[in-house]
Amino acid sequence: MRALTVYVDGIGIWAPGIPDWAALQRTLSDGSIAAPDAGAKPAPAILPPTERRRAPEPVLLASEAASQAATMAGRDPATLPCVFSSTHGDLATTDQMCATLAADPRELSPTRFHNSVHNAPAGYWTVAANCHKTATAISAGLASVAAGLVEAATEVAADGDAVLLAAYDIVARGPLAEVAPSGVPFAVAFVLSPSRSAASLAQLSLYPLQGTAVAKGLPAALAAFAANPTAVQALPLLIALAARAPARVTLASGANTSLAIEVAP
Amino acid sequence: MPTRIAPLAITAFTATSALGHGRRAHADALRHDRGGLADNDFTRVPLPCAIGRVAGLESMALPDAFAEYDCRNNRLAWHGLGADGFLDAARAAIERYGADRVALVVGTSTSSIGATEEGYRTLDGGRLPERLRRPALHTPHSLGLFLEAALGTRGPCLTVATACSSSAKIFAKAERMMRLGTADAAIVAGVDTLCDSVLFGFNALELVSSARCRPFDTARNGISIGEAAGFALIERDGDRHAPRLVGYGESSDAYHMSTPHPEGRGARLALADALARAGLEPDDVDYINLHGTATPKNDEVEAAVLADVFTARVRASATKGFTGHTLGAAGILEAAITLLAIEQGFVPATLNSRDAEPICAAQLAIEREERTIRVALSNSFGFGGSNCTLAFAAATSH
Repeated sequence: MRALTVYVDGIGIWAPGIPDWAALQRTLSDGSIAAPDAGAKPAPAILPPTERRRAPEPVLLASEAASQAATMAGRDPATLPCVFSSTHGDLATTDQMCATLAADPRELSPTRFHNSVHNAPAGYWTVAANCHKTATAISAGLASVAAGLVEAATEVAADGDAVLLAAYDIVARGPLAEVAPSGVPFAVAFVLSPSRSAASLAQLSLYPLQGTAVAKGLPAALAAFAANPTAVQALPLLIALAARAPARVTLASGANTSLAIEVAP
Repeated sequence: MPTRIAPLAITAFTATSALGHGRRAHADALRHDRGGLADNDFTRVPLPCAIGRVAGLESMALPDAFAEYDCRNNRLAWHGLGADGFLDAARAAIERYGADRVALVVGTSTSSIGATEEGYRTLDGGRLPERLRRPALHTPHSLGLFLEAALGTRGPCLTVATACSSSAKIFAKAERMMRLGTADAAIVAGVDTLCDSVLFGFNALELVSSARCRPFDTARNGISIGEAAGFALIERDGDRHAPRLVGYGESSDAYHMSTPHPEGRGARLALADALARAGLEPDDVDYINLHGTATPKNDEVEAAVLADVFTARVRASATKGFTGHTLGAAGILEAAITLLAIEQGFVPATLNSRDAEPICAAQLAIEREERTIRVALSNSFGFGGSNCTLAFAAATSH
């Protein structure tokens, strides 16, 4: 079949010790990483000050990465349809909500409930960015990054507009951590566009494959991120983009399928 | 404005809700004004409200091969797949096109969270009890994982979870994949089940009515929550009886997490895009299945949009008085109701409602009407300001 071809015009990333794309490139070139502060959270400037403090963690992570990507691409976020993808969603809110429901369901807070929807990052982002374009929140389990890339590239190719993709996973809490493991926060975002421009860093061609893909190991400096499902999926692509050389990355995309991504600077 | 799309055939569809199992049960209930809402007997802690519950899920089980996915939501998915021969139609399409050429796009709001809630109620030494210690039950993608295993598709597979617009947006995702050649056919599914999160969550937001919901009634006072499963098989060509997906529009309110935009900005954008993709004008539309949750604010905003864009020629109704608001399944359940209305030539009543919101009284069908419907829309608007309008047409009109 015909590949889906898109151009990467912007990249955003936020993780402990890796506050942006420049920081990841430094880590990849010299093997150093800033000492991570386990409790650190991003404070995305696009959010109003109260939300910067109070918004759920997925909103903070996704908004920070998304803002960086839009800025690098030179795009007004209001103009970008967006796709938000996560393996596990808001593990902290789910843990707190289920604990409250088990203790006394009448104590559930209305804000916690509306924050529990999987499209909370999409909702907060579109409000902050004044974006009336389509916003989609998806999950495909451990293939959520590949599914996000396919969905975003599909929208780019079908409608001819640049699309913002943000993928994230936060740290698992409570009893959920055993069945939905995630040990470190990580968010990544891309602005994908239909044609090459001065802003384009690379061309991505996406090909669906049959058979499963085995995730590659991570460089020593990034080994801690093996504990985050979004990082495990996204870092091989980010490493290929940072190398600025032709590469082929294969990601799991379903129970029996994978996605080949050809990266061309 | 988006450009016009080629219509796609809906070659099979089905729905299971409080109205029953399959199309015939839905058509019978809708044509006899027989609703499915009843007093809440679901929550352990009493909550006085009406719910739209699917009978018998507690005693159903999944086939042994899929035991790891067993939970209320996946049981409802399996139960729903068995109606109207949908499972056979889906498997035949997979055989015909090849498993790698069939996309599986599912929509749900809470997925299997009922199993997570149950695990937290029955913790065993701080851990989830052993029978619930399964990753496939505690992920937003549980429904997608289960259906991918049960159907055996090997094309693109993803779960869309945008609250109440989830299983409307799946039609848009499927159309794009088919237009680009990523898939030759798509199975779209929407399933959401009753759980404490939504019942007590919407109650905390003071959006749940203590009685059966009354969409667009001047005395409406909130939603009734229901559960449902809906499925559709989308192909490029179908026989002359197959209705068509002719358009869709998706937008964001950019206003608030749980309150609609006061002027319905996002709803208007979704509607305009759906009409543009379908190549239709408002006066071409015969019927609109409204989102109509029966909260004071949602219906006020949607009524104003309806009255502004459409003349009294259109007939519009909200069917959540029959089924309850089935949240992530509402998009496809109401798409199925809309397709039944096209197929059988009737406008469902706005059940439980008597006194129509004056602003849209000319367009709103409080009582059931018999009439030919060639073009129909279905609205789904949800939390996070996520909006989707779908446009369908009878086979012969396009």
